[in-house]
Amino acid sequence: MYIIVVGGGRVGYYLTKALLDEKHEVVLVEKDSSICDAINDELGSVCIRGDGSEVAVLSDIGTNRADMLIAVTGDDEDNLVSCQLAKHRFKVPRTVSRVVNPKNAALFKRLGIDITVVSTNVILENIEAEVPTHPLTHLLSIGDRGLEIVDIRIMPDSSVSGKAIKQVSLPSGAVLSLIIRKGVRPFVPTADTVLQAEDRVIAATPAEAETALRVSLGDAEA
Amino acid sequence: MKVLIMGCGRLGARLAGLLDDGGHQVTILDMDSYAFRRLPSTFHGTALVGNGLDEDVLRRAGVEGMDVFVALTEGDNRNIMSTEIAKHIFNVPRVICRIYDPLRQQVFESLGLETFSPTTIFAGILSEQIEKTG
Repeated sequence: MYIIVVGGGRVGYYLTKALLDEKHEVVLVEKDSSICDAINDELGSVCIRGDGSEVAVLSDIGTNRADMLIAVTGDDEDNLVSCQLAKHRFKVPRTVSRVVNPKNAALFKRLGIDITVVSTNVILENIEAEVPTHPLTHLLSIGDRGLEIVDIRIMPDSSVSGKAIKQVSLPSGAVLSLIIRKGVRPFVPTADTVLQAEDRVIAATPAEAETALRVSLGDAEA
Repeated sequence: MKVLIMGCGRLGARLAGLLDDGGHQVTILDMDSYAFRRLPSTFHGTALVGNGLDEDVLRRAGVEGMDVFVALTEGDNRNIMSTEIAKHIFNVPRVICRIYDPLRQQVFESLGLETFSPTTIFAGILSEQIEKTG
Protein backbone atom coordinates (compact mmCIF):
# COMPACT_ATOMS: atom_id res chain seq x y z
CA MET A 1 0.00 0.00 0.00
CA TYR A 2 1.04 3.59 -0.53
CA ILE A 3 0.65 5.35 2.82
CA ILE A 4 1.23 9.02 3.63
CA VAL A 5 2.05 9.93 7.21
CA VAL A 6 1.70 13.59 8.24
CA GLY A 7 3.74 14.72 11.25
CA GLY A 8 7.25 13.55 12.13
CA GLY A 9 6.99 13.63 15.91
CA ARG A 10 7.49 10.50 17.97
CA VAL A 11 4.23 8.95 16.82
CA GLY A 12 4.94 9.70 13.16
CA TYR A 13 8.49 8.45 13.37
CA TYR A 14 7.72 5.08 14.95
CA LEU A 15 4.66 4.62 12.78
CA THR A 16 6.69 5.25 9.62
CA LYS A 17 9.33 2.83 10.79
CA ALA A 18 6.75 0.13 11.49
CA LEU A 19 5.02 0.65 8.14
CA LEU A 20 8.34 0.46 6.28
CA ASP A 21 9.14 -2.78 8.10
CA GLU A 22 5.85 -4.14 6.80
CA LYS A 23 7.07 -3.28 3.27
CA HIS A 24 4.62 -0.49 2.62
CA GLU A 25 5.53 2.44 0.43
CA VAL A 26 5.60 5.34 2.89
CA VAL A 27 6.12 9.09 2.62
CA LEU A 28 6.35 11.13 5.80
CA VAL A 29 5.54 14.85 5.64
CA GLU A 30 7.14 17.08 8.27
CA LYS A 31 7.33 20.89 8.49
CA ASP A 32 10.58 21.16 10.41
CA SER A 33 13.67 20.74 8.22
CA SER A 34 15.99 19.58 10.99
CA ILE A 35 13.56 16.86 12.09
CA CYS A 36 13.22 15.90 8.45
CA ASP A 37 16.99 15.60 7.99
CA ALA A 38 17.38 13.52 11.14
CA ILE A 39 14.68 11.09 10.02
CA ASN A 40 16.12 10.80 6.51
CA ASP A 41 19.58 10.08 7.95
CA GLU A 42 18.13 7.22 9.89
CA LEU A 43 15.40 5.74 7.71
CA GLY A 44 16.62 6.64 4.21
CA SER A 45 14.88 9.27 2.12
CA VAL A 46 11.36 8.83 3.35
CA CYS A 47 10.62 12.29 4.74
CA ILE A 48 9.51 15.28 2.66
CA ARG A 49 9.76 18.70 4.20
CA GLY A 50 6.49 20.52 3.91
CA ASP A 51 3.11 21.41 5.35
CA GLY A 52 0.83 18.39 5.16
CA SER A 53 -2.23 20.60 5.06
CA GLU A 54 -1.10 22.36 1.90
CA VAL A 55 -2.68 21.19 -1.34
CA ALA A 56 0.52 21.81 -3.33
CA VAL A 57 2.61 19.62 -1.01
CA LEU A 58 0.08 16.80 -1.01
CA SER A 59 -0.17 17.05 -4.77
CA ASP A 60 3.63 16.82 -5.20
CA ILE A 61 3.84 13.56 -3.27
CA GLY A 62 1.09 11.93 -5.33
CA THR A 63 -1.63 11.91 -2.71
CA ASN A 64 -4.16 11.08 -5.42
CA ARG A 65 -2.73 7.56 -5.67
CA ALA A 66 -2.37 7.02 -1.91
CA ASP A 67 -4.33 4.20 -0.32
CA MET A 68 -4.26 5.83 3.07
CA LEU A 69 -3.31 9.08 4.78
CA ILE A 70 -2.52 9.05 8.49
CA ALA A 71 -2.28 12.43 10.26
CA VAL A 72 -0.45 12.26 13.59
CA THR A 73 0.74 15.78 14.39
CA GLY A 74 0.09 17.04 17.92
CA ASP A 75 -2.49 19.55 16.68
CA ASP A 76 -6.04 18.42 16.04
CA GLU A 77 -6.75 21.23 13.57
CA ASP A 78 -3.79 20.29 11.37
CA ASN A 79 -4.73 16.61 11.42
CA LEU A 80 -8.34 17.41 10.56
CA VAL A 81 -7.46 19.62 7.60
CA SER A 82 -4.89 17.13 6.19
CA CYS A 83 -7.48 14.36 6.33
CA GLN A 84 -10.25 16.48 4.83
CA LEU A 85 -8.00 17.56 1.95
CA ALA A 86 -6.92 13.96 1.38
CA LYS A 87 -10.50 12.76 1.41
CA HIS A 88 -12.20 15.44 -0.65
CA ARG A 89 -9.50 16.87 -2.89
CA PHE A 90 -7.47 13.72 -3.52
CA LYS A 91 -10.11 11.01 -2.98
CA VAL A 92 -7.91 8.97 -0.63
CA PRO A 93 -10.01 5.93 0.33
CA ARG A 94 -8.95 5.80 3.96
CA THR A 95 -8.01 8.64 6.29
CA VAL A 96 -6.83 8.13 9.84
CA SER A 97 -6.38 10.92 12.35
CA ARG A 98 -4.81 11.19 15.74
CA VAL A 99 -7.09 13.23 18.02
CA VAL A 100 -5.60 14.91 21.06
CA ASN A 101 -8.74 16.42 22.58
CA PRO A 102 -11.27 13.56 23.06
CA LYS A 103 -14.14 16.02 22.54
CA ASN A 104 -13.09 16.46 18.92
CA ALA A 105 -13.58 12.82 17.95
CA ALA A 106 -17.29 13.32 17.23
CA LEU A 107 -16.59 16.26 14.91
CA PHE A 108 -13.94 14.31 13.02
CA LYS A 109 -16.33 11.40 12.47
CA ARG A 110 -19.05 13.77 11.36
CA LEU A 111 -16.71 15.31 8.81
CA GLY A 112 -15.96 11.95 7.27
CA ILE A 113 -12.59 11.02 8.76
CA ASP A 114 -12.62 7.22 8.58
CA ILE A 115 -10.70 6.35 11.72
CA THR A 116 -9.95 8.53 14.71
CA VAL A 117 -7.47 7.48 17.34
CA VAL A 118 -7.90 9.38 20.56
CA SER A 119 -4.55 8.94 22.25
CA THR A 120 -5.88 9.97 25.65
CA ASN A 121 -8.61 7.31 25.47
CA VAL A 122 -6.19 4.63 24.30
CA ILE A 123 -3.97 5.29 27.32
CA LEU A 124 -6.99 5.31 29.63
CA GLU A 125 -8.25 2.00 28.23
CA ASN A 126 -4.86 0.40 28.68
CA ILE A 127 -4.76 1.54 32.28
CA GLU A 128 -8.30 0.30 32.84
CA ALA A 129 -7.40 -3.10 31.40
CA GLU A 130 -4.65 -3.40 34.00
CA VAL A 131 -6.91 -2.50 36.90
CA PRO A 132 -8.11 -5.92 38.15
CA THR A 133 -11.51 -4.70 39.35
CA HIS A 134 -12.44 -3.30 36.00
CA PRO A 135 -14.65 -5.88 34.31
CA LEU A 136 -14.85 -4.58 30.74
CA THR A 137 -12.11 -3.68 28.29
CA HIS A 138 -12.59 -2.42 24.76
CA LEU A 139 -10.62 -4.40 22.26
CA LEU A 140 -11.87 -3.06 18.95
CA SER A 141 -14.50 -0.80 17.43
CA ILE A 142 -15.89 -1.80 14.06
CA GLY A 143 -17.09 1.67 13.20
CA ASP A 144 -19.04 1.06 10.03
CA ARG A 145 -21.06 -1.74 11.64
CA GLY A 146 -21.56 0.03 14.98
CA LEU A 147 -20.04 -2.99 16.73
CA GLU A 148 -17.71 -3.18 19.71
CA ILE A 149 -15.53 -6.16 20.54
CA VAL A 150 -15.04 -6.27 24.29
CA ASP A 151 -13.31 -8.40 26.88
CA ILE A 152 -15.44 -8.97 29.97
CA ARG A 153 -14.19 -10.57 33.16
CA ILE A 154 -16.65 -12.55 35.20
CA MET A 155 -16.03 -11.27 38.70
CA PRO A 156 -16.19 -13.66 41.71
CA ASP A 157 -19.30 -11.90 43.04
CA SER A 158 -21.06 -11.88 39.68
CA SER A 159 -24.64 -13.13 39.59
CA VAL A 160 -23.96 -15.11 36.39
CA SER A 161 -21.08 -17.13 37.73
CA GLY A 162 -22.30 -20.77 37.81
CA LYS A 163 -25.09 -20.10 35.30
CA ALA A 164 -25.40 -21.53 31.81
CA ILE A 165 -25.34 -18.96 29.04
CA LYS A 166 -28.92 -19.82 28.03
CA GLN A 167 -30.04 -18.72 31.50
CA VAL A 168 -28.45 -15.30 31.11
CA SER A 169 -30.52 -12.65 29.38
CA LEU A 170 -28.25 -10.90 26.92
CA PRO A 171 -29.10 -7.65 25.16
CA SER A 172 -30.21 -8.21 21.58
CA GLY A 173 -27.37 -8.28 19.10
CA ALA A 174 -24.74 -9.22 21.68
CA VAL A 175 -22.82 -12.43 20.97
CA LEU A 176 -20.47 -14.20 23.37
CA SER A 177 -17.80 -15.49 21.00
CA LEU A 178 -14.99 -16.93 23.07
CA ILE A 179 -14.33 -18.00 26.64
CA ILE A 180 -10.80 -17.79 28.01
CA ARG A 181 -10.52 -19.89 31.14
CA LYS A 182 -7.51 -20.77 33.26
CA GLY A 183 -6.12 -24.22 32.62
CA VAL A 184 -8.05 -25.01 29.43
CA ARG A 185 -7.74 -23.97 25.82
CA PRO A 186 -9.91 -20.99 24.84
CA PHE A 187 -13.21 -22.30 23.48
CA VAL A 188 -16.31 -21.14 21.67
CA PRO A 189 -19.20 -21.28 24.14
CA THR A 190 -22.56 -22.96 23.48
CA ALA A 191 -25.89 -22.21 25.13
CA ASP A 192 -25.08 -24.88 27.73
CA THR A 193 -21.65 -23.51 28.68
CA VAL A 194 -21.60 -22.66 32.37
CA LEU A 195 -19.84 -19.39 33.16
CA GLN A 196 -17.30 -19.42 35.97
CA ALA A 197 -15.73 -16.71 38.07
CA GLU A 198 -12.49 -15.46 36.51
CA ASP A 199 -13.63 -16.41 33.00
CA ARG A 200 -12.81 -13.86 30.37
CA VAL A 201 -15.50 -13.54 27.75
CA ILE A 202 -14.76 -12.02 24.37
CA ALA A 203 -18.02 -10.63 23.07
CA ALA A 204 -19.30 -8.65 20.10
CA THR A 205 -21.99 -6.15 20.95
CA PRO A 206 -23.75 -3.22 19.29
CA ALA A 207 -22.17 -0.07 20.73
CA GLU A 208 -25.44 1.07 22.33
CA ALA A 209 -25.96 -2.26 24.12
CA GLU A 210 -22.58 -2.26 25.81
CA THR A 211 -23.80 -1.10 29.20
CA ALA A 212 -26.68 -3.58 29.08
CA LEU A 213 -24.19 -6.37 28.34
CA ARG A 214 -22.08 -5.40 31.32
CA VAL A 215 -25.17 -5.50 33.53
CA SER A 216 -26.34 -8.88 32.23
CA LEU A 217 -22.90 -10.35 32.90
CA GLY A 218 -23.15 -9.25 36.47
CA ASP A 219 -21.32 -5.97 36.77
CA ALA A 220 -23.23 -4.21 39.50
CA GLU A 221 -21.50 -0.90 38.95
CA ALA A 222 -22.56 -0.52 35.32
CA MET B 1 -27.30 40.59 14.86
CA LYS B 2 -25.27 38.56 17.31
CA VAL B 3 -21.76 38.00 16.02
CA LEU B 4 -18.95 35.90 17.50
CA ILE B 5 -15.46 36.73 16.23
CA MET B 6 -12.55 34.40 16.92
CA GLY B 7 -9.16 36.12 16.88
CA CYS B 8 -8.58 39.70 18.02
CA GLY B 9 -5.81 40.63 15.61
CA ARG B 10 -5.88 43.76 13.50
CA LEU B 11 -8.70 42.50 11.30
CA GLY B 12 -10.72 40.95 14.12
CA ALA B 13 -10.49 44.05 16.30
CA ARG B 14 -11.37 46.35 13.44
CA LEU B 15 -14.34 44.24 12.37
CA ALA B 16 -15.52 44.09 15.99
CA GLY B 17 -15.36 47.90 16.18
CA LEU B 18 -17.28 48.39 12.94
CA LEU B 19 -20.04 45.92 13.84
CA ASP B 20 -20.27 47.38 17.33
CA ASP B 21 -20.68 50.88 15.85
CA GLY B 22 -23.37 49.45 13.60
CA GLY B 23 -25.37 48.44 16.65
CA HIS B 24 -24.67 44.71 16.55
CA GLN B 25 -24.03 42.56 19.58
CA VAL B 26 -20.38 41.49 19.28
CA THR B 27 -18.42 38.91 21.27
CA ILE B 28 -14.73 38.57 20.49
CA LEU B 29 -12.50 35.69 21.55
CA ASP B 30 -8.71 35.50 21.76
CA MET B 31 -6.23 33.25 23.57
CA ASP B 32 -4.25 36.28 24.74
CA SER B 33 -5.92 39.08 26.71
CA TYR B 34 -3.17 41.44 25.50
CA ALA B 35 -4.77 41.26 22.02
CA PHE B 36 -7.80 43.15 23.30
CA ARG B 37 -5.73 46.34 23.43
CA ARG B 38 -6.51 46.62 19.72
CA LEU B 39 -10.24 47.08 20.38
CA PRO B 40 -11.42 50.69 20.13
CA SER B 41 -12.01 52.38 23.48
CA THR B 42 -15.66 52.81 22.54
CA PHE B 43 -16.24 49.04 22.16
CA HIS B 44 -19.39 47.92 24.01
CA GLY B 45 -19.21 44.23 23.22
CA THR B 46 -17.78 41.31 25.17
CA ALA B 47 -14.13 40.29 25.01
CA LEU B 48 -13.32 36.77 26.24
CA VAL B 49 -10.04 34.93 26.72
CA GLY B 50 -10.12 31.35 25.46
CA ASN B 51 -9.33 28.84 22.77
CA GLY B 52 -12.00 28.85 20.06
CA LEU B 53 -11.20 25.24 19.14
CA ASP B 54 -12.60 24.11 22.47
CA GLU B 55 -16.33 23.41 22.38
CA ASP B 56 -16.74 24.37 26.02
CA VAL B 57 -15.11 27.75 25.44
CA LEU B 58 -17.34 28.40 22.44
CA ARG B 59 -20.40 27.43 24.46
CA ARG B 60 -19.38 29.81 27.21
CA ALA B 61 -18.97 32.54 24.59
CA GLY B 62 -22.61 31.94 23.66
CA VAL B 63 -22.00 30.34 20.28
CA GLU B 64 -25.39 28.61 20.39
CA GLY B 65 -27.35 31.85 20.09
CA MET B 66 -25.14 33.49 17.46
CA ASP B 67 -26.29 34.58 14.01
CA VAL B 68 -22.78 34.77 12.59
CA PHE B 69 -19.44 33.18 13.48
CA VAL B 70 -16.25 34.62 11.96
CA ALA B 71 -12.83 32.92 12.32
CA LEU B 72 -9.93 35.34 11.91
CA THR B 73 -6.94 33.83 13.72
CA GLU B 74 -3.55 33.64 12.02
CA GLY B 75 -3.87 29.89 11.45
CA ASP B 76 -5.78 28.64 8.42
CA ASN B 77 -6.38 25.26 10.00
CA ARG B 78 -7.51 26.74 13.29
CA ASN B 79 -9.99 28.89 11.39
CA ILE B 80 -11.26 25.95 9.37
CA MET B 81 -11.71 23.68 12.37
CA SER B 82 -13.44 26.28 14.57
CA THR B 83 -15.76 27.20 11.70
CA GLU B 84 -16.62 23.54 11.22
CA ILE B 85 -17.37 23.21 14.94
CA ALA B 86 -19.61 26.30 14.83
CA LYS B 87 -21.42 25.03 11.74
CA HIS B 88 -21.73 21.31 12.41
CA ILE B 89 -21.83 21.06 16.20
CA PHE B 90 -23.58 24.32 17.11
CA ASN B 91 -25.58 24.94 13.92
CA VAL B 92 -24.65 28.62 13.67
CA PRO B 93 -26.63 29.84 10.62
CA ARG B 94 -23.76 31.73 9.02
CA VAL B 95 -20.05 30.97 9.37
CA ILE B 96 -17.22 32.85 7.71
CA CYS B 97 -13.62 31.71 7.63
CA ARG B 98 -10.36 33.36 6.64
CA ILE B 99 -7.99 31.03 4.77
CA TYR B 100 -4.73 32.55 3.53
CA ASP B 101 -3.84 29.57 1.33
CA PRO B 102 -5.89 30.01 -1.88
CA LEU B 103 -5.90 26.30 -2.79
CA ARG B 104 -7.07 25.29 0.66
CA GLN B 105 -9.70 28.00 0.49
CA GLN B 106 -11.14 26.57 -2.73
CA VAL B 107 -11.44 23.11 -1.24
CA PHE B 108 -13.22 24.25 1.91
CA GLU B 109 -15.47 26.65 -0.01
CA SER B 110 -16.58 23.65 -2.07
CA LEU B 111 -17.21 21.75 1.18
CA GLY B 112 -19.83 24.32 2.14
CA LEU B 113 -17.98 26.88 4.28
CA GLU B 114 -18.17 30.59 3.49
CA THR B 115 -14.50 31.45 3.07
CA PHE B 116 -12.28 34.25 1.83
CA SER B 117 -8.60 34.36 1.02
CA PRO B 118 -6.82 37.67 1.72
CA THR B 119 -4.01 36.43 -0.54
CA THR B 120 -6.27 36.17 -3.59
CA ILE B 121 -8.16 39.38 -2.80
CA PHE B 122 -5.09 41.57 -2.21
CA ALA B 123 -3.13 40.14 -5.13
CA GLY B 124 -6.09 41.07 -7.33
CA ILE B 125 -6.38 44.58 -5.92
CA LEU B 126 -2.64 45.21 -6.14
CA SER B 127 -2.24 43.98 -9.70
CA GLU B 128 -5.20 46.11 -10.74
CA GLN B 129 -3.71 49.14 -9.03
CA ILE B 130 -0.31 48.60 -10.60
CA GLU B 131 -1.76 48.19 -14.07
CA LYS B 132 -3.93 51.30 -13.67
CA THR B 133 -1.15 53.67 -12.53
CA GLY B 134 1.66 52.03 -14.50
